[in-house]
Formats: sequence, C-alpha cells, structure tokens
Amino acid sequence: MTALMLSNVNKSFGNVHVLKDITLEVEEGEFVVFVGPSGCGKSTLLRVIAGLEDASSGEINIGGQQVNLVPPSKRGIAMVFQSYALYPHLSVRGNMTLALKQEKQSKAMIEERVSIASRMLNLEPYLDRYPSELSGGQRQRVAIGRAIVRKPKLFLFDEPLSNLDAALRMNTRIEIANLHRALDASMIYVTHDQTEAMTLADKIVVLRDGRVEQIGSPMELYNNPANQFVAGFLGSPSMNFLPEGLLGDGGQNTIGIRPEDLFLADDGPLAARVSHVEKLGGDTNVIAKVHDQSVTARLFGQHAISEGQELRFTYAAEKAYRFDADGQRLR
Amino acid sequence: MNKARQNPFNTAAMHGALILYTLIALFPVFVILINSFKTRRAIFREPLALPSADSFSLIGYETVMKQGDFFLYFQNSMIVTVASLFFVLLFGAMAAYALSEYQFRGNLLMGLYLALGIMIPIRIGTVAILEMMVATGLVNTLWALILVYTAQGLPLAVFILSEFMRQVSDDLKNAGRIDGLSEYTIFFRLVLPLVRPAMATVAVFNMIPIWNDLWFPLILAPAEETKTLTLGSQVFIGQFVTDWNAVLSALSMAILPVLVLYVIFSRQLIRGITSGAVK
Ligand SMILES: Nc1ncnc2c1ncn2[C@@H]1O[C@H](COP(=O)(O)OP(=O)(O)O)[C@@H](O)[C@H]1O
Ligand SMILES: [Mg+2]
Repeated sequence: MTALMLSNVNKSFGNVHVLKDITLEVEEGEFVVFVGPSGCGKSTLLRVIAGLEDASSGEINIGGQQVNLVPPSKRGIAMVFQSYALYPHLSVRGNMTLALKQEKQSKAMIEERVSIASRMLNLEPYLDRYPSELSGGQRQRVAIGRAIVRKPKLFLFDEPLSNLDAALRMNTRIEIANLHRALDASMIYVTHDQTEAMTLADKIVVLRDGRVEQIGSPMELYNNPANQFVAGFLGSPSMNFLPEGLLGDGGQNTIGIRPEDLFLADDGPLAARVSHVEKLGGDTNVIAKVHDQSVTARLFGQHAISEGQELRFTYAAEKAYRFDADGQRLR
Repeated sequence: MNKARQNPFNTAAMHGALILYTLIALFPVFVILINSFKTRRAIFREPLALPSADSFSLIGYETVMKQGDFFLYFQNSMIVTVASLFFVLLFGAMAAYALSEYQFRGNLLMGLYLALGIMIPIRIGTVAILEMMVATGLVNTLWALILVYTAQGLPLAVFILSEFMRQVSDDLKNAGRIDGLSEYTIFFRLVLPLVRPAMATVAVFNMIPIWNDLWFPLILAPAEETKTLTLGSQVFIGQFVTDWNAVLSALSMAILPVLVLYVIFSRQLIRGITSGAVK
C-alpha cells in the first residue's frame, strides 16, 4: 500500500503559483526527502500534505484514503517543525501527551507511549521540565517525541536540523535514520541541504520553483540526473559545467563533469590555472580557471599543488554529461 | 557582558535620571495627597507644606462621605472600567486574531475599517449615541457606558493586538492544529499568553481615559444610582465656590483603584517581557 499519493497538486496564494502539478508517491515504510533551494515550495507542499493549507487543485491520498477535506488532526500524520514549536506553557510530558489527550486515549496507554518514546530519545530526565529550560538539541528531541507518541501513518519533518549546530546536526541525522529503522514508519523529510538528502533518503524528490524536477534513489539521481539543475544540485563539490566550445567540439551544449571525474594529465584537453587549493588530507580540492570558467577538481590523496600553477586536466568521456541550452539532459 | 551596565558612573547616571523622572511624575499625586489632609486655609497659604498638627484636617474626607453616595459612585466606576476593559480585550483580541490569522475576502478592508476609529473621536457621535441609547432604553444604566467605552477602545486594541499576533509563530499554531486543538483553544491557550504584554499595554492605555471620563457619564448616565466617581465629584466644584477639601479628598481616593489596576497590568507586562517565551 502507498502511504501517500499526490496527484496533480497545485497551490496558489492569490496569483502566486507556488506548487505546480505535483505528482508523487511514498511507499509504506519509505524515507522520502524533498530537497530543493530555499523558497521552492517545500514547506508549502508539506503543509498541504498535513492539511494546514488547502490544495488549490489535485488529490491527496494518505494510507489509501482521500484526505483533501480531512482536518490535520484526523489525517494520521505528525509533524516536526523547524522552530520546534513546543507549547511554552506545557512541560515536556504535557507537550508529548496533548494530542493523545485530545483523542481521549486511556491514561495507561498514554503513559506507556510516553515512556517508550522518552526512552528512545533519552528524554526521561527532562519529562517535567518546561521547553524554556531545555537546550536546542533537547527541544528538537521533544518535538520528535511529540510526533512519535501519536504513532502516525506518516511523519513529516520540516528542516528539523537547520537550527542545530554542525556537530549536533550530524548526531541528530544519525538518530533520525535509526528512528526510521526502529519505527519502520513512512517519513517525509524536507531539507535544502543535499548532504542530508543523500545520506537519509530511500527516495529523493528534487523540487525547483514548485515543480518536481526528478524523483529517484540518491544514487540514481547522482549517476543519472535528468537535467542540469539536478546534476548541479546533488553532489558536493557540485558538478562542473563547461560550454562544449571550450572542449573543442564546437557545439552549443553544456558538458557536465563531476569534480571526482577530473584527473591530472600532462596532455589533457583542459588547460587550467589554479586559483585556490583546499587540502583536506584525504582529498585535495583544486579550484582552477579554464579560460573564464571556474572548475573544481577533487583529487584523491595529497598533492603538492599551489595557487597560480598551470595544470592540464582530462576526463573520461563516458563520465561526462551533456545538456542542451534549456538544461535538459542529452543522451 | 554589557560594559555600560557595569560602569558605576553610567549606573549612577541612569538611576539618577530615572529617580528624577519618578519624582516629577509623582509630584502632582503627592501634592493632591498632602493637601487632602489639610484645612482649607492651609491649602491656600502653603500648598507644598506637609500637614502639621495645626493644619491637619479630615474635613474633606468627611464631606465626601456625607455628600451623596460616594461608595456607590466608586463601585459604578469600578464596574464600568473593569467591564469595558474586559470587553475591549476580549473582542479586540478575537478580532485581531481573525484579521491576522485567517485569509478571507475583505480582510484588509475590514482591518482598515476597524482602525479608522483611532482617528475619529467617538464624541463626534454623541448625539446619535444618545438617541440610540434612548431608543434601546439603556439611558441611565451602566451598560450604556460599558458599550460606548468598549466601542471607543476597540480600534486601538485591534490595531495593536493584530500587529503582535502576526508575530506569534505559525508553527506553534499549526502544531496545535495537528494535535487536534480547536481554533478557540489555540487562541486562548497558545496565542493569548504570548501576546500578554500587548494586552497589558492596551489595558493601561484604555483604563485611564475610561476612569477619568466625565462626558459620557454626564450625558448617558447622570442618574444618582449610575453616577461614576468623576461625575459624583463634580458636586464639589461649583461655579462660584469650590470645596477644595472635598475635591482633593475625592481625587485622592479615586487615584487608589487606578493605581492597583495599573500595578496588576504592569506586572503582567514585565512578566511577559522577561519570561523568555519560547518561540
Ligand atoms: N502564506 C503565504 N502567502 C503567500 N506566499 C507564500 C505563503 N507561504 C509561502 N509563500 C511563498 O511560497 C514560496 C515557497 O515557500 P516555502 O514553501 O516556504 O519555501 P521553502 O520551504 O522551500 O523554502 C515562497 O516564494 C513564498 O514566498
Ligand atoms: Mg521551508
């Protein structure tokens, strides 16, 4: 069964068309990441799925039931917000139990769910604290706990890590991945960070300007991007794009080469002048100018390269992608 | 952390300025209070002197107690002020929430219409209001005053509160909706507590003019049993002779409840600012 099915969902605010013909499916137990630059409509899409905004047109199915007219609390979803959105007047326990109390669940059952969730998230010592007495990472866990106790059919995460510092972000990312395995629940996760998308997702949905650009597993998208946008968005450092003319083919198309697919070669076709070197120990990132185009090469290991040096690069033709003037992939 | 705070000279200067301001603000109250305890002659001879054994007198308070039904006036003023504030805050907050939270046709126009009242003094409509009150039989009831003051306070309340409510996090309200809270619960339990400082501001702004108003009590509710304190005190101010002892005593007593209300509201204000609300 599919956990979520969107068909031709559109959303406009006045005459601003924010979501355009979104069609996608989330399978039961799948971890799906919506990724795209800021302002592309990810949060709006999530709010439409949650029922916090009405879709202007199109159909939304959750767990096989059409929910266009069902209020958020009855859709079988739980949401974790970027700003945590904990209730300031309730303790951690109160925050976690509110929804169950609204559903008039039995005391024993509420107690059991809270104790399971708080054990999972190491929240036991904080159950009687108030949100203002917690650190950012703890608040984040309470927000996740508030979602878990409801046992929703579908979890919705809206950029849950963006308010955490880098070290905590990494840990929480792993925790969320573990949580997904432990709960075996369907999850939708929104982020603008391609690393989070690549590391967490079973399936990635790339969005741009309210449109779905491509859907697929992380490696499918990485190895086989449908267009220049997807190719450039996934991967870090991102793909190099060079006009075909520079490579001596004379066409009007664009050639895309991933940084790890560029190699040093004395007789290579790309003559470059090094403008910056990042020595990471395991890798060396060389940023160089080919004519006026900036190119990044990711060389394995350590290299004695310095700024201003003249180098030549080569690449394997089968690893190069070709895009037409509209950014569509040519095969 | 903050260097300016720790510098003793700056601290002294800051406290000096605040103390000076407090003295200036409290001076008229102080003069009224001391003079209310003096004989009429002493009031005019040395208005700034403290009451001494010679000049001490409770004659003003005695007159006030004997004349008319002072406690009833007091009670009337209190009922009118508290009820008006209650309705201004309740309806003002609800209207502000509707305007800031829900998108509906005419939202902007409605907001402008409600804000228009800030610029148009309600007294311009006195005649029409009086006719309406006569027609509905509300003349000489406290309801007449409560309704008028509620109408008078609403525009500013809606204007200020809707500005503050726009700043309440959408995520918080949405979390409530997902957890199955009704819109009323979201409004009363999540949003109102977060705009409490703004509510206190609105309350303080509205309270003083209502408490002090003479115009509408005189026109809409001049009957003995509905007189407010301000109107009741007017008997001591004559065209030719003014009983200053009584006026000052009445004023002194009138200050007290306002002071109490003010302390209540301002504590809310400070608590709201310092509670470190989680956004
Ligand atoms: N309530 C709203 N009214 C009008 N425009 C909105 C509203 N919510 C979002 N938008 C617009 O929709 C676009 C997408 O917003 P959003 O979904 O928040 O993007 P993302 O989460 O991908 O950064 C933005 O251009 C934003 O200005
Ligand atoms: Mg967003």
